[in-house]
Amino acid sequence: MSGILTRNCVATVIIQQLFNGLALGMAYALIAVGYSLVFGILRLINFSHGAVYAFSAHIALLFVGLNFGIIPAIILSIVLTGILGVLIDKTALEPLRMNNSIPMASLITTIGMSNIIQNLLMIFFNTERKSFPAFFDFGMIKFGSVQVNSTQVVMFVVSLILLVFLTLIINKTKLGLAMRATEQNSKAASLMGINTNFVISATFFLGGASAAIAGVLISGYYQIVYPGMGFMVGLKAFAAAVLGGIGVLYGSVVGGLVVGVSESYAATFMGSSYRDSVAFIILILVLIIRPTGLFGKKDIKKV
Amino acid sequence: MLKISNLNTFYGHIHALKGISMEIKKGEVVSLIGSNGAGKSSTLGSIAGLVRTQSGNVTFMDKDITNMSPHNIVKLGISLSPEGREVFPALTVQENLRLGAYTKKDKVKMSESFTRVYDLFPRLKERIKQTAGTLSGGEQQMLAIGRALMSEPQLLMLDEPSLGLAPNLVLMIFELIESINKQGTTILLIEQNANMALSVSHRAYVLETGNISMTGNAKELANDPRVKKAYLGIG
Repeated sequence: MSGILTRNCVATVIIQQLFNGLALGMAYALIAVGYSLVFGILRLINFSHGAVYAFSAHIALLFVGLNFGIIPAIILSIVLTGILGVLIDKTALEPLRMNNSIPMASLITTIGMSNIIQNLLMIFFNTERKSFPAFFDFGMIKFGSVQVNSTQVVMFVVSLILLVFLTLIINKTKLGLAMRATEQNSKAASLMGINTNFVISATFFLGGASAAIAGVLISGYYQIVYPGMGFMVGLKAFAAAVLGGIGVLYGSVVGGLVVGVSESYAATFMGSSYRDSVAFIILILVLIIRPTGLFGKKDIKKV
Repeated sequence: MLKISNLNTFYGHIHALKGISMEIKKGEVVSLIGSNGAGKSSTLGSIAGLVRTQSGNVTFMDKDITNMSPHNIVKLGISLSPEGREVFPALTVQENLRLGAYTKKDKVKMSESFTRVYDLFPRLKERIKQTAGTLSGGEQQMLAIGRALMSEPQLLMLDEPSLGLAPNLVLMIFELIESINKQGTTILLIEQNANMALSVSHRAYVLETGNISMTGNAKELANDPRVKKAYLGIG
């Protein structure tokens, strides 16, 4: 009797943690897409992206505190974080591109920007952990014997909608075509009449805005924000992007889900001290077998 | 239509263009001939805004376009089909052409451009959904020229359109250059194949290590003993 019960319990935990991981993974995917988009167009790993994510959560919290209401606070956070992404490019990266500096300089610059943003957050919001409202908590939803928190469902669905939306922008709009052209050959793109600096700005805006949505979703889930919150999440999302094949959008989604689910299972079955390391162990294993990531294409060198 | 005066361009310490001046009139086919490193591509790059120039200026239809951004120069009606084709390998033929008309807002005009390019290059129409990277060299060259035509330029600049193509394709490309010109597009042509270039051109400039050493009527230049010796492999 008790054996069957235990087995049922285990099954329930497995399924529940799967939902948990999928929800978290989708939000990671939203952040991963930011790495992927920027990498695609500039061949640059934007290490300021984690700090951008932390910025978005603080901005949302600020406007909620100022009684803007939840939805306006989220929208303001999305827009301002997108603008922050553009500013990072305009102030720090574009001047480097104009001077044809070495790629390493841009990489170090993004790490520097990450520190600057994080320190500014510490100055203006102090270093304490602040509680964040559970925006999307509408109680539990039951699927048979499995109970799912509505926050998780909202996280999953909102992230999914946004990822579909981003994919449509990239594959169906004129801006998306310009982004893909700039990604493959920015010189030829400029000869088509494309303002490549504008396209790069748009890419940073989309990356920042996606990170902001993830920031609001994940903060609403853990109900806590602090200036250093972007570090580990940023690294995990980066791992997700590389895992799926950086530069490939749906790769980021699969990568995000793998990272999210493995983290969730590791925390349950191996103890929470393992939750952060499992993503990287999987990343290393995948890269040994497939150096370009799960869906990565061999780099399209300029022909 | 296009006037270059006293143009100087450097790549680092290399003085690529040493104060060249030239002019192209509406309706002409003008070719630039010269050996490797003479400054032919630098000239086109300077006109298209890809290469920054140190002094001198470029005017197009009485507008100073010196050191303007490439994307703004395209809007004024200058289009460059670059050396080495530079098509977008992972995009389809249709997407490549669509990008050529990036500056066109008018849907009707754009579909006219598509029709015109597909009429000139029926081969591209057969490959409409294929990615550019899978095309043969000749087809990629057609795509590069077609893409440059999509913006309906006043001035079309072609950098080595016959490079690496089989002889029958070379002939075809030059026939196309003539017919594009007859449709009213002014053409500035760079060619290693000086013989062919001179045969389709009205006038030509000969570039030698960043200087214009000779200029004149294409037929006269083709008969000039110095040109024959240096570029046509005769005499």
